[in-house]
Amino acid sequence: MTTTDDPSLAPAKEVGRDRRRKEDERLITGRTRWTDNIVLPGMLHMAMVRSPFAHATITSIDTAAAKAAPNVVDVFTGREVADVQGVIANAWPLSEEQKTPDHLPMAVERVAFAGEIVAVVVARSAAEARDAAELVDVEYDELPPALDLKEAAADQVLAHPDLGTNISSVWTLDSAEGGTGGNVDEAIETARADGIVIEREYRQQRLIPAFMEPRSTVVDPTGEQYVVWSSTQIPHIARFLLAATTGTPESKIRYIAPDVGGGFGGKLQTTPEEWLTFLAAKRTRKPVKYTETRSESLMSGHHGRDQWQRLTLAATKEGRVTGLKVDLLADLGAYVGVVGGGVPVLGAWMFNAIYKFDSYRFTTTQVLTNKTWVDAYRGAGRPEATYAIERIMNELAAELGEDPLEVRARNWIQPEEFPFTTVAGMTYDSGNYPAATERAKEMFGYDELRAEQQRRRESGDPVQLGIGISTFTEMCGLAPSRVLGQLNYGAGGWEHAEIRMLPTGKVEVITGTSPHGQGHETAWSQIVADRLGVPFEDIEVLHGDTQTSVRGLDTYGSRSLVVGGEALVQAADKVVERAKPIAAHMLEAAPDDIEFSGGRLQVRGTDKGVTIQEVATAAWAAHDLPEGVEPNLDATATYDPVNFSFPHGTHLCAMEVDTETGQVTMRKYVAVDDIGNIVNPLIVEGQVHGGLVQGIAQALWEEAVHDDSGTLVSGSFVDYLLPTAADTISFETDHTTSPATSNTLGTKGVGEAGTIASTPAVVNAVVDAVRHLGVTDIQMPCTPERVWRAINSSGPGGETPGAAAPHFDESTGMSGTVDRTTGGAE
Amino acid sequence: MIPAAFEYVAPASVEEALAALAEHGDEAKIIAGGQSLLPVLRMRLNAPEWVIDLGRIESLRGVRDAGDHLAVGAMTTHHDVGKDALVHEHALLVSKAISHLADAQVRHRGTFGGALAHADPAGDLGAPVLALDATMVVQGPGGTREVAAADFFVDLFETAISDDEILVEVRVPKHTGWGASYEKFVRIAHQWPIVAVAAAVRMDGDRIAEARVGLTNMGSTPLRATAVEEALVGQPATTDAVRQAATHAADGANPPTDLNGSAEYRNHLATVLTARAVLAAAGRDAT
Ligand SMILES: Cc1cc2nc3c(=O)[nH]c(=O)nc-3n(C[C@H](O)[C@H](O)[C@H](O)COP(=O)(O)OP(=O)(O)OC[C@H]3O[C@@H](n4cnc5c(N)ncnc54)[C@H](O)[C@@H]3O)c2cc1C
Repeated sequence: MTTTDDPSLAPAKEVGRDRRRKEDERLITGRTRWTDNIVLPGMLHMAMVRSPFAHATITSIDTAAAKAAPNVVDVFTGREVADVQGVIANAWPLSEEQKTPDHLPMAVERVAFAGEIVAVVVARSAAEARDAAELVDVEYDELPPALDLKEAAADQVLAHPDLGTNISSVWTLDSAEGGTGGNVDEAIETARADGIVIEREYRQQRLIPAFMEPRSTVVDPTGEQYVVWSSTQIPHIARFLLAATTGTPESKIRYIAPDVGGGFGGKLQTTPEEWLTFLAAKRTRKPVKYTETRSESLMSGHHGRDQWQRLTLAATKEGRVTGLKVDLLADLGAYVGVVGGGVPVLGAWMFNAIYKFDSYRFTTTQVLTNKTWVDAYRGAGRPEATYAIERIMNELAAELGEDPLEVRARNWIQPEEFPFTTVAGMTYDSGNYPAATERAKEMFGYDELRAEQQRRRESGDPVQLGIGISTFTEMCGLAPSRVLGQLNYGAGGWEHAEIRMLPTGKVEVITGTSPHGQGHETAWSQIVADRLGVPFEDIEVLHGDTQTSVRGLDTYGSRSLVVGGEALVQAADKVVERAKPIAAHMLEAAPDDIEFSGGRLQVRGTDKGVTIQEVATAAWAAHDLPEGVEPNLDATATYDPVNFSFPHGTHLCAMEVDTETGQVTMRKYVAVDDIGNIVNPLIVEGQVHGGLVQGIAQALWEEAVHDDSGTLVSGSFVDYLLPTAADTISFETDHTTSPATSNTLGTKGVGEAGTIASTPAVVNAVVDAVRHLGVTDIQMPCTPERVWRAINSSGPGGETPGAAAPHFDESTGMSGTVDRTTGGAE
Repeated sequence: MIPAAFEYVAPASVEEALAALAEHGDEAKIIAGGQSLLPVLRMRLNAPEWVIDLGRIESLRGVRDAGDHLAVGAMTTHHDVGKDALVHEHALLVSKAISHLADAQVRHRGTFGGALAHADPAGDLGAPVLALDATMVVQGPGGTREVAAADFFVDLFETAISDDEILVEVRVPKHTGWGASYEKFVRIAHQWPIVAVAAAVRMDGDRIAEARVGLTNMGSTPLRATAVEEALVGQPATTDAVRQAATHAADGANPPTDLNGSAEYRNHLATVLTARAVLAAAGRDAT
């Protein structure tokens, strides 16, 4: 037994240290368990046959040639497995009347988007499966596709003729009805008579989650349980849904998300491919692997965003906002995904952002089309909302002829007003908007840049400068189960943790969150190290395997730290409580006299004590435990949050616009985020930088483009433009801190902040640069051509032509004529 | 992305490669750096039965000083051409274009000859080679023949190389002392150009004595902006004069419309970029 009271010898606090991520070496070198790295004895491989048509009836499928191909083990079609393939579920029906087309893993009679699976080939090698897939002969009768969102909303062509309409659901939040504010129509009427009314329509283009590791699934049916490895964000939810929709008992399924290379919401899904791999393993009684190609990932993994947003903002002549009315059209694509219409609905509480509006009404209409289905993508609903409100607040400032920051400040919730219940009915626990903004302005050199902008305008410089502002908030920590229940969501929002004290004093931490690049192993170790007073290196974090991580609700919506972290804290506290009677016994003291700090259980007022690791060893040996005390310190905790958390921040962006070509170039970007207390600054920096790039990419580069038959033409990274480090600048970041009051650690979540904040900051800057030329909007992505058109015609720039740039051609190098079906259209 | 199975040969000489090509005819594809062919095979846009790799033919690699021109072996990688001192001295425009071509990985594998034989109208090498009046040397069963760059590019992905021939060398006339600039317009760094303009200028004092201007992605083949070239002769290298000449840049062009830009926009870009390229080649600040 060691004794000391010298605080300098106490372990340094881990929380707040910029620890390098312990998982990075294996993740970066790839010497790890990516699903596609898994090889099992006798394993078979799968290839998919996919529909080239957006909407068609399947008239016949001939699999004879594929079945006869070398080393093919199984070929099956939707019709053959119609009753046993399970379904891809929607977990969040928005109303009882919601129209939800059956989403089967494999189409049986009709395909509803280009890329939908119509047949599966299983062979001894991936190459043989692919070769045989080419031999499957499918005949289709083409049906007219519903493609354009607005046209689809008018039911001109039906995406699913049997449903009779393309409108899946309509969902409304109204402050007058909910008692959280006034009547928005009255506010607008008043403002029309004596105030300011601003009406705008914004486009959220369709995006494609482009994580680094393509989706992959391995299913081993050879043991008592089916073991499923999958590159997913949601092993627990997937296990539940696989059991619920296939009838296989949950106890017969072990789901494992091994190391997962990114998700961004794109792996917050149960995929047709997972279900079909499971089915193939069941049919063949052999392990089966399926790994998608990047083309498949872009074409048939779910997409994100895709909305038209109509806003009416009412304000007094002094620029105080009195009402906001929001009308969304949201493209669901061909099916209602796991979150589905819940994505636009998540924006309902965010359009009012950090402002005090008197009245508010939000309506969203979910529309089915014959495109890949749309679901969560980093931020899910909140980036869309933030974009629209931050764009229109700039319009209000322009109308008033005032600085957009001042107009915002006039409408802010003030620091002394927290907790504050918003017009949308959310209670924000903490925040300080002026503090973050002051810091951002100072770092940015706001006044100097405004002066330079003025000089450039006056001299008619061909390169104009614009300053963009985004003062955002978001709701993180999804979610209080009670709230989810009220919203009809199919599950709760708690999180689970377990701490195992091993005999040697080492610690295993098991979390129900499922990291896919966030660095939980490091951050969770830091939290537990502080809470239990054990060395960082002694802690191992286990996750993603339902056999070890028995309970959990996985990782999305910036929930892991604020919900999962609190579960960890509570489990750790229970371990300490369990250790106290044993320590008291070892120290021959009363349990009430034991106090715990810095990893030591000590007799109050003395220097007698033992470390918690020593108690773990004693508990294991169990040679001399007090009466009735179990030989075990392990503890679990399941934490259900009582509220969301509300990170916020001020982002400032300077963009240069070449008015001759429309080319835009980022000059400066400052992000000051208030994410509450920070566990690991290095990880936070990574999340902010990556998030910024992703949001900037929506503003400038990324867009899923289809041709007029519904084929995705941005179907490879040649045409779906992802930025690299060469396309971005060094961001300047800092933080202000108003700790969250809803969890012990005071954390708020940072997974989505950069993505949510940056998109409007960039577009506001681009528009600001050319506003004096008559431009009030430029549709995203702000391509050089759109910017050029906006300058020359004042519209928002028009739609992107639905034709790919052809660089890889069937006839490459072969002499003779070229017959190209896309691109190069004259 | 798994290509269909194919047989693979890697001959050690041009003669052996030609023999293989003669033997397998239509069923065969040449592979150079594979940077365009392999994606085509992996996307299963094409499934040749034979792939004939030129990678082991040493005689096809390297840059040689051949008196009035430089001889660039077809299999010389973009990286090797780009860093070559002879190219920098006598065909600066080619060095400039390569510095913007794709990314480092692609430049280390992709080849000068492969890119030209591929004849992507958005390829970065066609316009410079055309502007500098290069000559392509192709070898077939009957020996070698020379094809002027102006006759080499026939259509999209189509050149004057016939089925039984291989591009072996590119002869680039020396343009020693000429200024050069390659204005490549992209949305992200590692992209093919939406439009690019290759300009080489020989100055005589303050005036432009001669100019060569090539356009990338302004039609189904690389184009020469001859009207601009003619209008520039004898002009002072001033912004006004050069811009005036550049108004003709898109004359006769027929650019594509695709998700990176419409034909109308490309025509506009061509004039802006031509002025910038010529001014930069003349050593003037482009703005
Ligand atoms: C990600 C990426 C980005 C790129 N970006 C750009 C860019 O920005 N600008 C640009 O210009 N290019 C770009 N490229 C293309 C690159 O320049 C290729 O190297 C080039 O197009 C083909 O050269 P290769 O040596 O790889 O030819 P291969 O791919 O091996 O062959 C291409 C075609 O030419 C034929 N061929 C090759 N050599 C010969 C020969 N000697 N005789 C007859 N036929 C022959 C082949 O049969 C084949 O049909 C990019 C490629 C990639 C993969």
